[in-house]
Amino acid sequence: MLKIRAIFINTFREAIRDKILYNLLIFALLIIGCSILLGTLTIGEQQKIIKDMGLASISIFGTLIAVFIGIGLVYKEIDRKTIYNIFSKPVHRYQFIIGKYLGLILTLFVNVLIMAVVFLSIVYFMDGVVGFSLIQAIFLIFLELMLITAVALLFSTFTTPTLSAIFTLAIYVIGHLSGDLKVFGAKAEQVWVRYVTQFLYYVIPNLENFNIKGLVVYNLSLPDHFFLFSFLYGILYICIVLFFSIFIFERRNFK
Amino acid sequence: MIAIKTVGLRKVFKTGIAKKNEVLKGLDLEIEQGETFGYLGPNGAGKTTTLKLLLGLIYPTSGSAFILGESTRNVRVKNLIGFLPEQPYFYTYLTAWEFLDFYSQLFDILGKFRKKRIEELLSLVGLKGKCEKLQLRKFSKGMLQRLGIAQALINDPQVIFLDEPFSGLDPIGRKEIRDIIFKLKDSGKTIFFCSHILSDVELICDRVGILVDGQLRALGKIEDLVDTSLNSAEIAFYGLKEGSKQEIRNFCTQMVDHSDKTLAIFNDRESVDRAVKIITDGKGSLISLTPVRQTLEDIFLKEVITEKQIS
Ligand SMILES: Nc1ncnc2c1ncn2[C@@H]1O[C@H](COP(=O)(O)OP(=O)(O)OP(=O)(O)O)[C@@H](O)[C@H]1O
Ligand SMILES: [Mg+2]
Repeated sequence: MLKIRAIFINTFREAIRDKILYNLLIFALLIIGCSILLGTLTIGEQQKIIKDMGLASISIFGTLIAVFIGIGLVYKEIDRKTIYNIFSKPVHRYQFIIGKYLGLILTLFVNVLIMAVVFLSIVYFMDGVVGFSLIQAIFLIFLELMLITAVALLFSTFTTPTLSAIFTLAIYVIGHLSGDLKVFGAKAEQVWVRYVTQFLYYVIPNLENFNIKGLVVYNLSLPDHFFLFSFLYGILYICIVLFFSIFIFERRNFK
Repeated sequence: MIAIKTVGLRKVFKTGIAKKNEVLKGLDLEIEQGETFGYLGPNGAGKTTTLKLLLGLIYPTSGSAFILGESTRNVRVKNLIGFLPEQPYFYTYLTAWEFLDFYSQLFDILGKFRKKRIEELLSLVGLKGKCEKLQLRKFSKGMLQRLGIAQALINDPQVIFLDEPFSGLDPIGRKEIRDIIFKLKDSGKTIFFCSHILSDVELICDRVGILVDGQLRALGKIEDLVDTSLNSAEIAFYGLKEGSKQEIRNFCTQMVDHSDKTLAIFNDRESVDRAVKIITDGKGSLISLTPVRQTLEDIFLKEVITEKQIS
């Protein structure tokens, strides 16, 4: 346990000493702040715009942080060969993956927390109240980010950082369109298109499960069990992805 | 007890779609506990690859390796070993203290013991004092190399692997590292080290192996590999009459005149004795007698060159 904890803390320490992180965070906060400005331009729609933009910024910047910090930190260990030192000590490869993952999650958590506090304060000043559904929405975004981080980690166990980033961002985009993908696939004429879209639909995580922005912005209520389902879906998916990362990493030769 | 053992250890790297590079071609090696073993070989011979296999950083294509009787596939054996990589790789954002603290946690060493151990190590490698709180990006090469050694010794290992421990060090740094190695040797540790610096190897190692192109070409005690008996020598002299000089010229292998001095080279002991007698009897003056011993370098070069001629 001490080993996983050591890797976890070291990962977090490296992440928060990274300048990219601060740049992304400041940019995100600026955009959340700008939503007030945009909101005042459109009379009546103010709250909606602020909520919409705020949640979208948390999701997008969270994803960017997850992808770039997540992939960078694993790749750096391999590229700078610090991994030689780690695995010449009695550390199992799964301990490394889990420690890294937890360190990245903590980094994300701190960032999402900062963005959320700023965002919710703005909402509070404009609205006078902060709905519980907003907090639920942020929680689900965080769960989504945890999933994206796991996917980024999986790719960086076997491919280059550039490809990992492209694949992960592609999964983020397709994952949000996966409902459309199914509809589109069902209508397709060619058989192979149908198979490919079906395959993608089942393999790529359905990230719309974590998106309740529309409902929250328009103050609609969540369908029964939606939250519980999304939660379990996310956790299960993360476990499977981490399992594959470990499976690949165990067999890897370090150059 | 045997500390390190490899059986038919092979490693083939895929270097392209159909291209393969056999870097290690069936290595059989046994190193006793307490031995200091020098692993020599030209660049690209496969030394670092051997170490990576022994440490489980890469997996063998075939064959197996054991450390203190346990398969190296077993993560547990790493509790008994220490490793200094070729160019120690560091987290530049950590301080020396944080760095050692991190690695000691990977051995599950508890907090109270860690502090004591880190202090011991820092003073062993001569880093105690001012630089503990300095970020590693501000360290010099020599300081990093010392920290690398400290890192390799955290768990008080029985078997220590050092990949080119002297690289990038000035003569003082080299001497200090050498002293640390002697200390470890005295305390009964098994030391396996790769090097190009043959004079250091000659000084430190009980036994050496020479690896060329993935194959072990020579293995044994230095005195067995290198013929240390006096079998050739150079004699310098002056003031000898031409007749006596001619007499020497008849049995020496080479004679060179250099202003009024003469240098003669001899291939066996008797000729050396005979020449010395002629010089003293002929009222010449002996300037110097230099034995020419075979060195590890000669063996090394011979193995490398024969290998090149074969291929
Ligand atoms: N991951 C890898 N993929 C392909 N080839 C490799 C890989 N690692 C090493 N090699 C090749 O294996 C050979 C031996 O490399 P190795 O690093 O073991 O040499 P070395 O004996 O340590 O040399 P040096 O004295 O320069 O450190 C080299 O030709 C190298 O190109
Ligand atoms: Mg090497």
